[in-house]
Amino acid sequence: MENTHILVQQADFNVADEYTQLNQDDSDGAIVTFVGKVRNRNEGNDVSQLTLEHYPGMTEKVLQELAQEARERWPLNHIRIIHRVGTMNLGEQIVFIGVTSQHRQAAFDGCEFLIDFLKTKAPFWKLETTDKGDKWVDARETDQHATSLWQ
Amino acid sequence: MITVLFFAQVRERLGCAQIEVPFNDEVTTAESLRQHLAQRDEKWQQVLIADKLLVAVDQTMCDWQTPLTDNSEVAFFPPVTGG
Repeated sequence: MENTHILVQQADFNVADEYTQLNQDDSDGAIVTFVGKVRNRNEGNDVSQLTLEHYPGMTEKVLQELAQEARERWPLNHIRIIHRVGTMNLGEQIVFIGVTSQHRQAAFDGCEFLIDFLKTKAPFWKLETTDKGDKWVDARETDQHATSLWQ
Repeated sequence: MITVLFFAQVRERLGCAQIEVPFNDEVTTAESLRQHLAQRDEKWQQVLIADKLLVAVDQTMCDWQTPLTDNSEVAFFPPVTGG
């Protein structure tokens, strides 16, 4: 669908530019965006860098499928998903999700659905550089739970 | 030929990102391919016969009984942690 834009890239993104891309149609009364960032602590360890690995090909396919599923649940207009891969420093942006709709509830729900499902369905893996060495991030029960609430 | 891909901890522990396996009667499902590869040695056994291992066939996550065909692309990986 032409109003769905999915990018998996090493480069950082600019939220203002993404917002401009979302803010195109007078029929939309709501724009909701989410940005995920590299934070300084995880499970008691000091984190200095995060490296994201993914499964090229499958990643883009899964994100397209999730966008389509969101459209079947809510009347969404624009959907933009950007997920970075490679090595990122503390505080850097990892993921952007933006959705537009006529009304706010569909936009809020669509955005939350997409990040919840991305976390448990899209083939990305995080490797943290910490004060105790490199560590693969464990999948969280709370993320599985968040996904299950939509089903 | 079946193309087999490994990601994240699975790739790192096996020291292998991709192999080709001839398609034959021993590897007709995701599970039988996993069992076939696990016979290589103790390390492959440990990494592949793990409770949390996930499998995708032709870039779709699926269950272990999913059938394979010649030219299938099969990926083994741990639970995903993006976002």
